Amino acid sequence: MMRRLPLAVFVGLLAVAPLFLPEFSVTLLNYIGLYAIVAVGLVLLTGVGGLTSFGQAAFVGLGAYTTAWLTTTHGFSPWATLFIGLAITATVALFLGFITLRMGGHYLPLGTIAWGISLYFLFGNVEFLGGHSGITGIPAVSLFGAELKSGREFFYLIWIVVLLAMLAVRNLLDSRSGRAIRALKGGVVMAEAMGVDTARAKIVIFLLAALLASISGWLYAHLQRFVNPTPFALTQGIEYLFMAVVGGIGHVWGAVLGAGLITILKQWLQDWLPQILGQSGNFEIIVFGIAMVLVLQKARDGLWPVILKLLPARSLQREVPVGETLPKRPATVAGTVLLEAVDVTKRFGGLVANNKLSLTVQAGEVMALIGPNGAGKSTMFNCLSAVNPASEGKIAFLGQSTAGFAARDVARRGMSRTFQHVRLLGQMSVLENVAIGAHLRGCRGVLASALRLDRAEEARLLAEAARQIERVGLKEQMFEPAGSLALGQQRIVEIARALASDPCLLLLDEPAAGLRYLEKQALAELLNKLRAEGMGILLVEHDMDFVMGLADRVVVMEFGEKIAEGKPDEVQRDPKVLEAYLGGVE
Amino acid sequence: MDLQILLLLGQDGVTNGAIYALLALALVLVFAVTRVIFIAQGEFVAYGALTLASLQAGLVPGTVWLLLALGTTVALLDGAQLVRDGRYRKLPPLLIFNVGLPLLLAAGLFAVPPANLPLWAQVGVSMLLVVPLGPLIYRVAFQPLASASVLVLLIVSVAVHLALIGLGLLFFGAEGSRTPAFTDISFELAGTLLQGQTILVVVASALLIIGLYFFFERTIYGKALRATAMNRTGARLMGIPPALAGKLCFTLAAAIGAFSGILIAPITTIYYDSGFLIGLKGFVGAIIGGLASYPVAALGAVLVGLLESYSSFYASAFKEVIVFTLIIPVLLWRSLTSRHVEEEDE
Repeated sequence: MMRRLPLAVFVGLLAVAPLFLPEFSVTLLNYIGLYAIVAVGLVLLTGVGGLTSFGQAAFVGLGAYTTAWLTTTHGFSPWATLFIGLAITATVALFLGFITLRMGGHYLPLGTIAWGISLYFLFGNVEFLGGHSGITGIPAVSLFGAELKSGREFFYLIWIVVLLAMLAVRNLLDSRSGRAIRALKGGVVMAEAMGVDTARAKIVIFLLAALLASISGWLYAHLQRFVNPTPFALTQGIEYLFMAVVGGIGHVWGAVLGAGLITILKQWLQDWLPQILGQSGNFEIIVFGIAMVLVLQKARDGLWPVILKLLPARSLQREVPVGETLPKRPATVAGTVLLEAVDVTKRFGGLVANNKLSLTVQAGEVMALIGPNGAGKSTMFNCLSAVNPASEGKIAFLGQSTAGFAARDVARRGMSRTFQHVRLLGQMSVLENVAIGAHLRGCRGVLASALRLDRAEEARLLAEAARQIERVGLKEQMFEPAGSLALGQQRIVEIARALASDPCLLLLDEPAAGLRYLEKQALAELLNKLRAEGMGILLVEHDMDFVMGLADRVVVMEFGEKIAEGKPDEVQRDPKVLEAYLGGVE
Repeated sequence: MDLQILLLLGQDGVTNGAIYALLALALVLVFAVTRVIFIAQGEFVAYGALTLASLQAGLVPGTVWLLLALGTTVALLDGAQLVRDGRYRKLPPLLIFNVGLPLLLAAGLFAVPPANLPLWAQVGVSMLLVVPLGPLIYRVAFQPLASASVLVLLIVSVAVHLALIGLGLLFFGAEGSRTPAFTDISFELAGTLLQGQTILVVVASALLIIGLYFFFERTIYGKALRATAMNRTGARLMGIPPALAGKLCFTLAAAIGAFSGILIAPITTIYYDSGFLIGLKGFVGAIIGGLASYPVAALGAVLVGLLESYSSFYASAFKEVIVFTLIIPVLLWRSLTSRHVEEEDE
């Protein structure tokens, strides 16, 4: 209950603020609210998703001009133009996102800079939009028959939207889609291997940020009852990003804090700087520019984390989630061939990492792939799981060729893997990391998550993740940040994540590295059990005792080629294998 | 449109295109070496042109105070580090370079009225005032974040752009300036007047591009920059300090920018914020080259210049809209042709 207190106080203060604050302060708060709506979008896009846009002001302008033009010259109702503006914004955002997001991360911000500039000049030069003098006489919005004419009345509309936007973004981030979005920053390869369509997730957050900006523009137009191109110029787009960065780009509250700080600071600087410098002009941008550099150098997380320390701490211990079990895919009959790789070759430029390698994995067996360091085992793993497709050769999974498949297509068909270099999202809890593995077992999307309509499914997904965590023996660490675990434990978390996807084939890349003796025994026991359930397991491992005690069949690789294949005791006697591992006898 | 107008517009387009090409090269260089998308590149253009204009008007340009302030900041930052490491012997050169020289420049400007200097000396002084801003800005703003992601560096570069624009307004005022032409010679070609200044711009740009080519191909510093651009870690292991490479390419970028500004100052009126749009047009060129290829970037920039020139004839109000919308088909084409393999960069 204590945790909710600051929020309650904040909302309470907002509710009574227009009753006793002077007109000027109410206006300032209105602007802070409008800016905060845009900045919340940037928190989602930049802070969480690791993408950015300098063109948010142009989206605000799109919302504002759509309603300004349609309500004044065509007599549309403002409520209709809100949705028309959103539709236009969505079209533009989808188009921009489609052409820029497929390439490197910096093409999106560059594209948005160009788009921000050209839209600004377009607003300024199109006759029917009033050119640089803009459009006047925009009607007021009426709500339940009452016209919101004054800033004091409009205040409530703006801040209700701010609070709803924050709530929706927070809900979204705490969900199946949210976990996929949070994986975009530094976890793309892993997320794709767990079945997340990361390209789609990127477009979705860009779209959401643009839509929030558009709503802010609609509100702006009906608050001001007048629009001109200036507030939608690139400089304003940069300022929005600045607000989010200063406030704390990783937190929705940071957006509100940043919008408030920058707006008040700007007001203050605009009063004082011309007096100090003896000339007029927007000199506050000098201070903003320098301050932004300092914030990024000294406190990249912004100011909100500082305030967060003053609030009552969130307790780490939470209840283990419970929920119905998720449907499982039908078990494969032991002995059927799950994976068949024929003559797989992988080249990196002139280097042949894998040369005509063939292997099969059946249901209900542990197949081990061993070989000295640099033999090409992890490369083979990447080919098999379609993370980095093979140059030549055929790979069939469940009888179907995987040529042209993305990693997530293979994941959808029941192959799951771990990575040699652990790919966990260190800031997220073990539970959430494992729940990413269950991504494909849910279907609720962004809208359902934002509206909290996904809770039943979410409970089932989290319960499944919790079950897998218990199964691998990490129940105690369930709510700790994954990055705080020992490396060996992190590998086990990766196994739990892979199991959460209910695979029929499991690819484990050095799962036992960094484990202690007892932990290795527990792992072997787990793998034995999975095998008994009919799962196929392909294992890369250096610990020979572990491999030989567990594997049904072994393939030995050296310099990218297969040098031996057979039962563990056979390959152990193979002269070629002995030479590869121990060095030849001259 | 008759042939005469066509040629006249073409002449304009090629002149501007040559400047955009220079800027595009600087942008590609800075991005390749430091991963900074240097939005503030255009500010050097405005600073170069307006510093020269101030000198010619007999004023002490505000750039000298910025130089002094940045130099002092760098001296303080690096000096503190030297004191902490106990390397006292390096302190005097640090102070002389970062504080002494700017002070000397300022004193010189007050002692000798700059308006009386010959043109070449005014150009020289302008370059001396503006070019050192490049490495100083790198040291203060970017070097502490050298390992940050492209995105963070981009935000910093936008912040630097914002600060420089504001300072430009403070130093040079909102009035635009145009400097007298370097040469009054003109030729007649197919009935069109060919201005000597235009030829000067194109020839100077071409010479500079050739000079850069030799710098990168033949000199040890040029090779060091190329090595850093190709493989940062590898270059570091070979003894090329990343900070040196960063400062060097920012020096080049500032020099190219300031020089471009001085070249076009007699052709078009430059305002404190003109540099931004000029720089961004260089950018459109650089993006056509995928931020990687120098020749394609230069060609793209000339294309931008021509497009701008012809669109200013047909739809002058929509000139900027057309130029910046050009980026959309370019991005679309690059997006459809490139097979981008997603790498984790953080």
